[in-house]
Amino acid sequence: MVVAAVCGAVIVFGNALVMGYAERKLAGHIMLRPGPMEVGPHGLYQLVIDGLKLMGKQLVIPKNADKPLFMLAPLLAFAPVFVPLLVIPFSDKIQGFDLDVGLLLILAFASINVLAILIGGWSSNNKYSLFGAIRSVAQNVAYEIPMLLSLLAIIFMTNSFSLKEIAAAQSPVWFVIIQPLAFLIYIVAMVAETNRAPFDLPEAESELTAGFHTEYSGMSFSLFVLGEYANMFIVCSVATVFFLGGDSGIPLPYFEYSGIIWFLMKVYALMFFLVWIRWTYPRTRFDQLMNFCWKYLIPFSLVNLLITVVMVKLL
Amino acid sequence: MSMNVEVLEDDKHHRYVLNMGPQHPSTHGVLRVLLELEGEYAMNLLPVLGYGHRCHEKIAEFKPAKSFMPNTARMDYLGALIYNHGFAQLLERACGIEVPERVEYIRVITSELNRIQSHLLWYGAYLLDLGAFTPIMYAFDDREHILDILEDVTGSRLTYCYFRVGGVSKDIDDKFVTSTRAFVKRLRGRFPMYEDLVNGNVILQNRLIDIGELTPQTCARYGVTGPLLRGTGVAYDIRRAEPYSIYSKFDFEIPTETKGDCMASFLVRFRELEQSLRIIEQALDSLPEGPIMAAKVPKKLKIPAGDYNSSVEAPRGELSYYLVSDGSDVPYRLKVRTPSYSNLSIVPEVCQGMLISDVVSAMGSLDLVIPEIDR
Repeated sequence: MVVAAVCGAVIVFGNALVMGYAERKLAGHIMLRPGPMEVGPHGLYQLVIDGLKLMGKQLVIPKNADKPLFMLAPLLAFAPVFVPLLVIPFSDKIQGFDLDVGLLLILAFASINVLAILIGGWSSNNKYSLFGAIRSVAQNVAYEIPMLLSLLAIIFMTNSFSLKEIAAAQSPVWFVIIQPLAFLIYIVAMVAETNRAPFDLPEAESELTAGFHTEYSGMSFSLFVLGEYANMFIVCSVATVFFLGGDSGIPLPYFEYSGIIWFLMKVYALMFFLVWIRWTYPRTRFDQLMNFCWKYLIPFSLVNLLITVVMVKLL
Repeated sequence: MSMNVEVLEDDKHHRYVLNMGPQHPSTHGVLRVLLELEGEYAMNLLPVLGYGHRCHEKIAEFKPAKSFMPNTARMDYLGALIYNHGFAQLLERACGIEVPERVEYIRVITSELNRIQSHLLWYGAYLLDLGAFTPIMYAFDDREHILDILEDVTGSRLTYCYFRVGGVSKDIDDKFVTSTRAFVKRLRGRFPMYEDLVNGNVILQNRLIDIGELTPQTCARYGVTGPLLRGTGVAYDIRRAEPYSIYSKFDFEIPTETKGDCMASFLVRFRELEQSLRIIEQALDSLPEGPIMAAKVPKKLKIPAGDYNSSVEAPRGELSYYLVSDGSDVPYRLKVRTPSYSNLSIVPEVCQGMLISDVVSAMGSLDLVIPEIDR
């Protein structure tokens, strides 16, 4: 248990460091600039310095904010991300627990994030924050449905909620080939769930300055960022387990353990995709985002589910 | 599409006022807009001006007209040369000064470069408003070339004071000509990239089409000019409507669209880049030799008593100077009609009932330069 918790912490912070650096570098190169260059070779220590700066900063609490809730929100955004990491099968042998209801655990804990954003936005007592919070709740609740429905198609095929079994079930062909529509729907829902551009409406800065975290500073702000990166890691891991064959790949020695290399490569390829679209596309409008979910994603995922169920029954 | 939401007059507590600006990422400067919101719909908008007011028109009444030239550049920092052009032309008309032909060519070339520069900045900043972070870097990459070219000849990069009454301060050289030609070629080569990556994007089209629709009548009522007016199908461009300088010599089109929405003005501005390039090319091809200053421009420029007007096409619309002189070298009154001020005035009417996101895209399509409003 302790080992698992420590590993979780290492993954969360390590991932935030890697992604923080990679995102800034990638954004830089996409935008014709070098990205961080000053601190260390190619700005490698930039994230460390930034972390120190954020830790050293004063935590400003607005005068009329609801103090306990204001302090609770970042913790609530950050703390639950450890739990889903426990059930993710990084390789055959590297997994905290192989729960029978692994997927449900992940979805349950990932959705606590919405609550954190709502509390943060509400307690800041700022109009922009409130708008961000309202948008975030509507968006996350709506996009959880197609996300779950697309995953449910896989569940029907494998007859299991256990992530290990689902990953193992893809040994000849990955589910991305059998279920391309479910994969597409999941990817879109995944971007919306993690509040990333082009669906970053809760923090749309040209409209809402910084959205729900307008009033947050220092470490309380960075906890939100850490939570966001960890959530990205989790949803990408789920995509890897469900659609990209988990740790499968060209066999390496000690495969039970070294499968993690394949796993992480797939996860970071998806993360790269997230970063890439963030720095490429403009932001959608809120009603368009919701329309897209209710009018296209949910009906399509239901049809996909229906077809899957019929096929599973027939074959 | 601007939504028609029923106004709940009797139910005021459903509304609250959001203070957008003076510090806000999408107001580009110190514009403040009060939004009366119902949910995310802006039911009433009230632009609040005056945060950057510097009394330029009053300053003009206290110093010799010739030395007002630097002030014109500070009104619209993105169209400084065009503002220079209007003012130089005003005094030349008032005093009857004939400008050498080479000067007119230099003025046209640099003004058009300035216009491209302004449009490129708008292009990047507008997309930034819409949440696309990257295009501004590409637009600035192109814009940087113009700034370098103009820096070499004018000495400054943004608030140029290059034109003089009767001429320009410095002649252009071969380096200017070659680097301008190189730039024209480069920007032409970049257009397909902009079109592929940005203009055809579905998200962008969803954000712009049917938003903030204008009609020629609305534009006429508020005095809206420039790309916004041309987006409604009226091909009104001072360069063509009442040709000044030597614009009548060049072959260029006035791009128009018919719909009048944000996408229309977006496309009009984008196509104007190409037209400006065409003008520059033609002017460079037929650039004559000659002096860069009119022969007799007195040190103390006495303006004959009377009223004078000069209009030019600024990047954002019609710019007019109106000068009343009492016969001395200091204007009695100088009125500047800046395009952004009139263009901003449509916001309360056009943006009523819009979502906040649409207010941002509608205001972005006005291409506001705040110092020009608060001059």
